[in-house]
Amino acid sequence: MIALTLARRELRSGVRGLRIVLACLALGVASIAAVGSLRAGIEAGLESEGRRLLGGDVAVSTSDQVPPAALLDWLRGRGATLSTVVNMRSMLVVPGGDRQLVELKAVDAAYPLVGEAALAPAGGLQAALANGGLVAEPLILDRLRAAPGTALRLGQASVVLRGALASEPDQATGAGLLAPRALIAAATLPGTALVQPGSLLSYDVRAVFPAGTDVPAAITALRAAFHDAGYRIRASTEAAPGVARFVDQTGLFLTLVGLTALLVGGIGVATGIRAWLEARARSIATLRCLGAPVRTVFACYLIQVAVLCAGGIVVGLVAGTGLTAAGVAVFGSALPVPPRMGIYPGPLALAAAYGLLVAAAFALWPLARAANIPGAALFRDSIAPGAMRNRGLVLGVNAGIVAALVVLLVAASADHLFAVWFCAAAGATLLLFRAGGTGLVHLARHAPRLRSPATRLGIANLHRPGTATPLLLVSLGLGLSTLATVALIQGNIRAQVLEQLPSAAPTFFFIDIQNDQVAPFRAILAKTEGVGTVDEVPSMRARIVSVNGVAADQVKATPETQWALRGDRGLTYSAVLPPGTRLVEGTWWAADYDGPPLVSFDVGLARGWHVGIGDVIRVNVLGRDIDLKIANLRDIAWRTLGLNFAMVASPGLLARAPQSHIATVRTTPAAEAPVLRAVTDALPNVSGIRVADVLGALAALVGKIAAALAATGSVTLAAGALVLMGAVAAGQRRRIADAVVLKAVGATAGQIRAAWLVEFGVIGAAAGVLAAAVGTGASWAVTRFVMHADWVFLPGVLLATVGGCTLLMLAFGYLGTESALRVRAGPLLRNE
Amino acid sequence: MSLIEVRGLRLTVPSAAGPVNILSGLDLDVAAGEAVGIVGPSGSGKTSLLMVLAGLESATAGSVTVAGRDITGLGEDALARFRRETVGIVFQAFHLIPTMTALENVSIPMELAGAPDASARAAASLQAVGLGHRLTHLPGQLSGGEQQRVALARAFAARPRLLLADEPTGNLDAATGRMVMDLLFAMRETHGTTLLLITHDPALAARCGRQVRVADGRIVAPAMAGAAA
Repeated sequence: MIALTLARRELRSGVRGLRIVLACLALGVASIAAVGSLRAGIEAGLESEGRRLLGGDVAVSTSDQVPPAALLDWLRGRGATLSTVVNMRSMLVVPGGDRQLVELKAVDAAYPLVGEAALAPAGGLQAALANGGLVAEPLILDRLRAAPGTALRLGQASVVLRGALASEPDQATGAGLLAPRALIAAATLPGTALVQPGSLLSYDVRAVFPAGTDVPAAITALRAAFHDAGYRIRASTEAAPGVARFVDQTGLFLTLVGLTALLVGGIGVATGIRAWLEARARSIATLRCLGAPVRTVFACYLIQVAVLCAGGIVVGLVAGTGLTAAGVAVFGSALPVPPRMGIYPGPLALAAAYGLLVAAAFALWPLARAANIPGAALFRDSIAPGAMRNRGLVLGVNAGIVAALVVLLVAASADHLFAVWFCAAAGATLLLFRAGGTGLVHLARHAPRLRSPATRLGIANLHRPGTATPLLLVSLGLGLSTLATVALIQGNIRAQVLEQLPSAAPTFFFIDIQNDQVAPFRAILAKTEGVGTVDEVPSMRARIVSVNGVAADQVKATPETQWALRGDRGLTYSAVLPPGTRLVEGTWWAADYDGPPLVSFDVGLARGWHVGIGDVIRVNVLGRDIDLKIANLRDIAWRTLGLNFAMVASPGLLARAPQSHIATVRTTPAAEAPVLRAVTDALPNVSGIRVADVLGALAALVGKIAAALAATGSVTLAAGALVLMGAVAAGQRRRIADAVVLKAVGATAGQIRAAWLVEFGVIGAAAGVLAAAVGTGASWAVTRFVMHADWVFLPGVLLATVGGCTLLMLAFGYLGTESALRVRAGPLLRNE
Repeated sequence: MSLIEVRGLRLTVPSAAGPVNILSGLDLDVAAGEAVGIVGPSGSGKTSLLMVLAGLESATAGSVTVAGRDITGLGEDALARFRRETVGIVFQAFHLIPTMTALENVSIPMELAGAPDASARAAASLQAVGLGHRLTHLPGQLSGGEQQRVALARAFAARPRLLLADEPTGNLDAATGRMVMDLLFAMRETHGTTLLLITHDPALAARCGRQVRVADGRIVAPAMAGAAA
């Protein structure tokens, strides 16, 4: 085939002009491949570590019910080895009086059924926990300045610190958000008197079936046997559903960022190929003169571009795999589960397919244009493509490629709708910047005549024939739009979590206050100085069993309200409308109401579950199913961190159920330590959660998220910078020629520099303004519709975007200008 | 009085094979209003001499005084100002800025000098070379002869005292070349501009008042009389 022969001959001289194309493709493919591989690695890690993370073949959470004999007997009847653990929160107090909230786990003698706990100093876990022993995360030892051997108070019991808990096998996410972990033996628990009616705790039964058991069948049978009990039964494949969801959502987000980088790189592909083909225009015209048909010329250059793009994709895949491995080696400990590294063909094939489609979408048009260069062009000064005869066909094929890209993206995404919105937003942004470029050229063309010659020259450069203004605007703007969006989302998270919350938040939450402790609790606070408002309500745990007769896991809830159908929910009751409550629909029950249980429900959840007044929510409280009929809907100000419950029941039946109380207390900063000490000394089973500690942990989490977002946003900016480099490099020959002629006719270096800086500065500012607008719109949409939070305007971030954009463009312009100015005029002005 | 005084001019440029002497102690005087044709074989140093006189190449040694000003010690920006105040240049390859219209190409030196009437003077200059109807055309839309006429208009528009022309007809056919040169000499006469013309065409050189032959970086046949310009 003649095209292949011609392509091979041309390829012999290398592909120097196409390095930017290769780099753009490689960067985009690498980021998608890295995200995909990491996600696959974590999923594989979850799968292989599932039993260890779960603590057995199956785990049954009975919430605050002691696991009934029927359940244990059923499991034992199938030969299973069992281990029961109790999870709760408590205060750990050192002799000096310092105290620390801990996530307490009381384990039986069989724990752990799978894996090993690591202690420091090394030793057996059961031996360490025997006779009132306790092991705790090193953080607790640091904060309490306690060494092994120290006697500590836990509830009403005295325990001995036996060592640091370096790792526990059934822990997927490291330390909890609220508090670090401490382990005691189940035998120690009764002495602490922490287990009281209505205490906030949960029982977990883990089981390992004997070898040869059909585990999935056994779990199916278990679910069937205890279908109505309201237990949460998890197989090892569901060991960490929160982690799996997090990985899914983060994976989708990062893939989209990678794809944005690839799309930005696509512009680099188009620019690079166009510049490369322009340099070959004379060769193409010569081929056409010698009788080569359009098809042959097209095939010849298509082959070359395809070879190069394949190279870029391969480089991207290799780099992506390497990047994942390097990232895991450095940051592996921060990941929720140790990823199982390897080569995952699925994500790599997907990344390659994205790369191929993006390359095809952006390369086809310049290739088709170049193939249409007529032979007669050789006889003219400027060689430009003629009218494209097959324009319709090329447009059709290009549209098909773009459609394939969209279909692939939507099909491969966990959240199809989000992917569709992403495609629409990406397309609209691309069009906006293209239109912005055209608008800027138009404005420059019709700008009033300025006095300064350099400024006038700079403005004129924006609209001259063949100007790169729209290209520069798009390449810088797309990357910066992503970065601005990410920065604004991150700023919104920070503003809402860390800046809006604290002003309204209480100082402490106190939990597990027993009925008979409410009065002493209030009395202690009354005589402690610096105590402000104290709010206290009864509290119990409830699991949603069904909604209008539909099982909780079958309810068609909106994605943002599904969380409330899983796990335990807090439930309280009240005779009167709680202060600050805003009823949206329905009426509050009479203060002396004692009829069938009614419930006041959160209006947001009601909308998400598609329920209203008169509908029935069946909850399980302490193993008993209770039907709650919705009497009214409330609008809840969650962000106040007050005592807000999605469900507030009528008194009566629930008032007679075992329960504890929960309280919020506001104090002056000086009163914080005395209040905590006074309450937890007098009421040892009560735990105090300092809101500032939680906010601190949240701040650290937000910081990590911010760093991850910034890092991913930077990938897109890097792609934009690459394209920008390509665009500046492509125009550099013209810039040098212009500079030389301008110098020859008397322009000073300062004038040339000023003109180009005006040109680049205007493009940078325009790109910055558009990127700020896109970032504002996109962050508003994501905050409002994905995160379901209020959006706040952050002018500082936007100003930084516009300023950064202008500076970046000026930097590129300056580098290009200086290198053009360094070129000696003489050699270029000599006769050719 | 001499407009150009060149003494002991040397120009050496580095190359992969070692330094190359392009001009080797060249002396030249050109009187104000004089037309000098510079001839010589390719590679003899003609264009380099022109570049040094325009301040586009820096002399390795010697002195170059143009319009009473020694330009050998001037910096880049001073040289740029010197060119736009004193020198007009016409190249064989025209060297118009391809993205600027004919009018913009001609007005740019005057705009850079801050002339408020740059555009009007450029239009008049283009009118003078017969291109009043091509003001908004880009170089790519003009023929070779037209482009060289734009270059002539640009060179003369600021009324320079010295016009340097490097093979101005080299890229043109004979008839067009003749027409352009008629125009160049006519304008030179009108404005009394000193002309230094590099050419391989003996007939064209003969139209200058004096011919200077350059070989191996030196003037070998000075002061040969030619036809009156």
